[in-house]
Amino acid sequence: MLEIKNISFKYERSDWLFKHLNFTIEQGEIVGMYGKSGSGKTTLAKIITNYVSPIEGDVIIDGEKGEFQGIYPVQLIWQHPEKVVNPKWKLIEVIEEVEGLDKEIINILGIKKEWFNRRPSELSGGELQRFCIARAFSPNTRYIVADEITSMFDAITQAQIWHAMMKLVKQRNIGLLAISHHIHLLEKISDRIIDFNNICNVR
Amino acid sequence: MKSTFQMDSQNTIHRKRLLLKIIGLLFFFFIFVLSGFLIGEEQIEANLSEKNLSPSLVHLFGTDWLGRDMFMRTLKGLNLSFQVGLLASSISAVLALTLSLLASKSRLLDYIVTILIDLFLSIPHLVALILIAFVLGGGIKGIVVGIALTHWPTLTRVLRAEIMQIKSAEYVQLSKKLGKSRMWIVKHHFIPHLIPQLFVGFVLLFPHAILHESAITFLGFGLSPEQPAIGIILSESMKYLSTGMWWLVLFPGISLIAMVAIFDALGNNLRKFINRE
Repeated sequence: MLEIKNISFKYERSDWLFKHLNFTIEQGEIVGMYGKSGSGKTTLAKIITNYVSPIEGDVIIDGEKGEFQGIYPVQLIWQHPEKVVNPKWKLIEVIEEVEGLDKEIINILGIKKEWFNRRPSELSGGELQRFCIARAFSPNTRYIVADEITSMFDAITQAQIWHAMMKLVKQRNIGLLAISHHIHLLEKISDRIIDFNNICNVR
Repeated sequence: MKSTFQMDSQNTIHRKRLLLKIIGLLFFFFIFVLSGFLIGEEQIEANLSEKNLSPSLVHLFGTDWLGRDMFMRTLKGLNLSFQVGLLASSISAVLALTLSLLASKSRLLDYIVTILIDLFLSIPHLVALILIAFVLGGGIKGIVVGIALTHWPTLTRVLRAEIMQIKSAEYVQLSKKLGKSRMWIVKHHFIPHLIPQLFVGFVLLFPHAILHESAITFLGFGLSPEQPAIGIILSESMKYLSTGMWWLVLFPGISLIAMVAIFDALGNNLRKFINRE
């Protein structure tokens, strides 16, 4: 169980983004989080995945908290895939950055073999995002936070990516927090939906 | 569509031109420098029956007061300068890379490296160079160490800025969350990113190193007089300038400037070429 306990955060010289925020995610569960743009959803995603430290509160992963050795058990999939891939690398190197990645994941996500020898600038955003998703499913991953991962793609690509995501999450018993401003998408994929604006405890 | 296509083809033409320039400059440069390896001792031997000849077809740069052919001596001298420059700027580049990577490790180290950069930049190169070469007793060792120790700061500053930029890149942060060690990130993310800058910086260091080597040898703190370095040739020839033997100074001087100019042009063209990628 991934517990978000009593988390508060604000950036310097600005108001509180959220205060005393609490919720939990079970393994194998898909939780949708809905909220308006600019309300702090991405910041929350970075706090849960340990990119940013909260001002108050803890993120407790299966009863443990603190520093983990090796691959962090909660992985973030970023909104913009082109930013999280080294532009000088070939895509095969991006895949190899994760040790022990299951080859089946690559097939399920529809990644083609001929993409491996290309550079990130030679792929479309949707194709690149599939690599970033594959990378999040490391053997160590127990939870995934997907932050607006399909918001820039067309409906067909969105459907393909989410279809593969749901299959992978259920198959591997991974807890997924899907963040989006697109309520209809969340209704389709989630087991339950949290409204971010209701739990953030600020005006 | 058409306009982007035209822009593309213009771009490739531009790149081809740059590449041609680089190849041409390299060709010139190799003729200039590597010919020095082919010149043996006998070609710059003293020959008193042919002393003090002004430039002619047989002796392109004339001969000196001992009858040595100045053309051959100049090529030999440039070759020696090239070797000293190569060694010194390699050490400088390695020093710059090491220090800039060190600076990225912690805030304290960054502070120390920045202070060192400012310190070395605030002393004129030539003064520091003379001091270091003098302390080490002159000779090739003194010059190489002197140049290496005075020429790293500008390159270090460039590399440090590059690392600061890439350090905050999202793909490096993500690499950390995938459990990669600092060494792994340095090797796979930082160094490939720095190599073009390092290479261009190295090539641009070169003319500096050669000029300073000649300057310090000219002033008498550098290479010993029996070595046919350009600085030695120039300082010896100064004594004979008043007797009207102008060719002893003019041609070696021009050759030195030509070599430095070629190298500088090479570095600038390489930078343009790499930055377009």
